Amino acid sequence: MSATAPLSCKPGDYKSDIKPIWCPGCGDYHVLMALTRAFAALGLPPEQIAVVSGIGCSSRIPAYTSCYGFHGVHGRSLAVAAGLKIVRPDLTVVVTSGDGDGYSIGGNHFLHACRRNVDLTYVVMDNHIYGMTKGQPSPTTEPDFDTALTPGGTGVRPFNPLVVALASGANFVARAYSGNPHDTASLLVEAVRHPGFSFVEVLSPCVTYRPDQRAWKERVHSAPVSATDDAARAARRLMTDDGFNLGVLYRGNRLPYQPTAVAVTSDLAEFEKGFEI
Amino acid sequence: MFGKTAIAETAGVSVAMVGSGGAGVLTTGEMLLEAACAAGWNGLLTRSVGAQIRGGEAAALLRLATRPVECLADQFDLLVGIDWVNAQRFEAEIPLGPGSVVVSDPHAGPPPAAIAAGAARVIELPLTDLTKNNSAWRANMIALGAAARLLGLDEDVLRGLIEKRFAAKGEAAVRANVSAVEAGARAMASEACSIGLAPARKTGAKRWLITGNEAVGLGALRGGVRFAAAYPITPASEILEWLAPRLAKLGGALVQAEDELASINMIIGASYGGVPALTATSGPGLSLMTEALGLATAAEVPIVVIDVMRGGPSTGIPTKSEQADLNIAVYGLHGDAPHIVIAPQSVPDCLLATQWATFLAEVLQAPAIVLSDQFLGQTQVAVSRPADIAFIGQRLKATEFGTSYKRYALGGSAVSPMAIPGTRGGQYTADGLTHTERGIPTSSARDHGAQLDKRRDKLELHAYGDLWATLEGEGDVAVLTWGSLTGVVREAIALARADGLDVRLIAPRLLLPTRPAEMANALTGIKRLLVVEQSHGAQFHRYLRAHYTLPSDTSVLHRPGPLPMRPGEIHRLLRRGGTP
Repeated sequence: MSATAPLSCKPGDYKSDIKPIWCPGCGDYHVLMALTRAFAALGLPPEQIAVVSGIGCSSRIPAYTSCYGFHGVHGRSLAVAAGLKIVRPDLTVVVTSGDGDGYSIGGNHFLHACRRNVDLTYVVMDNHIYGMTKGQPSPTTEPDFDTALTPGGTGVRPFNPLVVALASGANFVARAYSGNPHDTASLLVEAVRHPGFSFVEVLSPCVTYRPDQRAWKERVHSAPVSATDDAARAARRLMTDDGFNLGVLYRGNRLPYQPTAVAVTSDLAEFEKGFEI
Repeated sequence: MFGKTAIAETAGVSVAMVGSGGAGVLTTGEMLLEAACAAGWNGLLTRSVGAQIRGGEAAALLRLATRPVECLADQFDLLVGIDWVNAQRFEAEIPLGPGSVVVSDPHAGPPPAAIAAGAARVIELPLTDLTKNNSAWRANMIALGAAARLLGLDEDVLRGLIEKRFAAKGEAAVRANVSAVEAGARAMASEACSIGLAPARKTGAKRWLITGNEAVGLGALRGGVRFAAAYPITPASEILEWLAPRLAKLGGALVQAEDELASINMIIGASYGGVPALTATSGPGLSLMTEALGLATAAEVPIVVIDVMRGGPSTGIPTKSEQADLNIAVYGLHGDAPHIVIAPQSVPDCLLATQWATFLAEVLQAPAIVLSDQFLGQTQVAVSRPADIAFIGQRLKATEFGTSYKRYALGGSAVSPMAIPGTRGGQYTADGLTHTERGIPTSSARDHGAQLDKRRDKLELHAYGDLWATLEGEGDVAVLTWGSLTGVVREAIALARADGLDVRLIAPRLLLPTRPAEMANALTGIKRLLVVEQSHGAQFHRYLRAHYTLPSDTSVLHRPGPLPMRPGEIHRLLRRGGTP
């Protein structure tokens, strides 16, 4: 983080010296790796990137990068990121979240971030569990998954984040698997480059509370069809897929929301005239 | 006639216009105020409305005087009813006296008994008949003409105002409204009613008609705010509606967020990005924002939150004033979270208070809450153009970095230079987790204590100067109050002075951080103290007792909204020397 650091293009240049608190084998290590690879591939100076997060294992990522970071409160990362990007369109803003932070407590912001379509990249590490609070069900947990908080399972149907994103107006929708950091990095590069709100759901196993997710590496596969710009078609595919199709699923062409414009005045006297008797 | 004029000199003339929501009562009130101010008077207009958008009840409450006025008077001299539907809901808010006049349409039935009981005289104004005869006339414009005539307002000024206001609607609309106003005036022509205003004193000074909500907006812009995010809420929305087009012209933006949780987090993001940012809300919204206020405290991100207080708790009375958000503003954050709380004391002070709050937030890298209220926010008042005040100083930004930038460095003024994203070498993570000087999460007792000290010290070490409070008058009796009640107390003290009793006014503008040394100084020599506030739970008195040493002879006048505190009742207490 020296002031004289050259423009960096190696993944290592985007890593901080802070050691992650994640459990050994956590999928999030690979997401961090994919993210730093993507930044290197994009050739962005670290100070031009802001990584914004909420609360949870996945939300620890900002401090593990050498970029500007913001680690806020639970569920509100998309709002922080929108405010930042709207006033600072020059920055590349990436939001990292998890299935609890993003789909439960932050669910309302997810809907409105999709429809608002600020030029952000939203990376949600989905492991179908609350890891940091030690194993409670999240909105994507299977209904019969037994936990101490919900003995016998929640009995509640899981949330389908990609379909919700499409229905709400996200401009780019993709699914990745943390165990394929190379492919994930490529998806992230495309997501950052795509204008508007880009949503990348990363299946990222929790080896501590969901050891069964080690089997995900056998289940994931490339999506059998290529991406579409037809949201209805993409939604139909997602409603019927097995949840393990990887790749870009939807590319939209909506213009990003960017309300700030060039100032036409800096003089407040014009506004004061309206008060004169 | 002489006697009445003398009364009008001191207290002015108070006028209430009531009618069903949508009947145009508030427009009528605005035009009456504007005409009176254009003719040289001072005045204010506040509103009292029900929750319904149409078909509810609305009252325009005016006070016109030769001198500047800051609050409503003890009673109304003139009450004009465009209709009396639901008017009984106002009976406590529109006290009449034996000299008062009620103008009533005979077809609208009699005025509510409780309202008419106090009035000496009812004058009939056949609004229904007049509008039946001329379909282009609206009852509220006829009532406006009648009120203007009874007050002795210059009809040319009023005509000019109508021409300006309705110009966009075409010649026919102007003609119809001018003739409706003239018809109202004619109907009063034979009334020998002496509620007229004392002659206006015209000065050459430029004057404004402004509401507290507009003044907050202008104060924010003067303070450098260029981003706002907010969720609509009564009675704060006018701040947002005033700011939205103006921020855009200045190259900034206002975003309507999905809720107050998003609002405050958006402005935290914008401010983290280097742009001074604000949100405005009322009690329910402030409740939702308290978690993020703690984040702004911990991560040291400057933000300004305007709370236009209304009746609470819960949804309470959204359209009416109360001072009951003091506790949540001062104590509502979890953990030890030092922040700034500032209360404007008048409509024009909303400008100064907001500008000051923005300055303090930026300079101290902390959240600032501005506690306005519905009365200040939605009252329109004639004032001299508020002076341009330049607060010296701005956010301390980091530009030079060693090998290891410490965003939260200890020492000195406890304000540490903040790197703005995009600045090479300043990368750090702003964090709500307890962190080290570098911003790295930690759970060590030493780091926790050091950062808690830092956040407290930077607020405590700042020199706030004279703006911390309004201190006026002499004597060993004082009234201690805050916010919108300052003007009411000031008038009560003037009444007491006319009786020969000197009373001091003490009104802190800076509620947090508290100023124990300054307050002790202000209370020196006070033998009897009256605390005046508008909250059921006497929140301000409890706050004062928690932080300051009050004289043993301290009494408290407190009641909830929405019934306004009147100068006369405070004056009577001061004179009697008794407890409320």
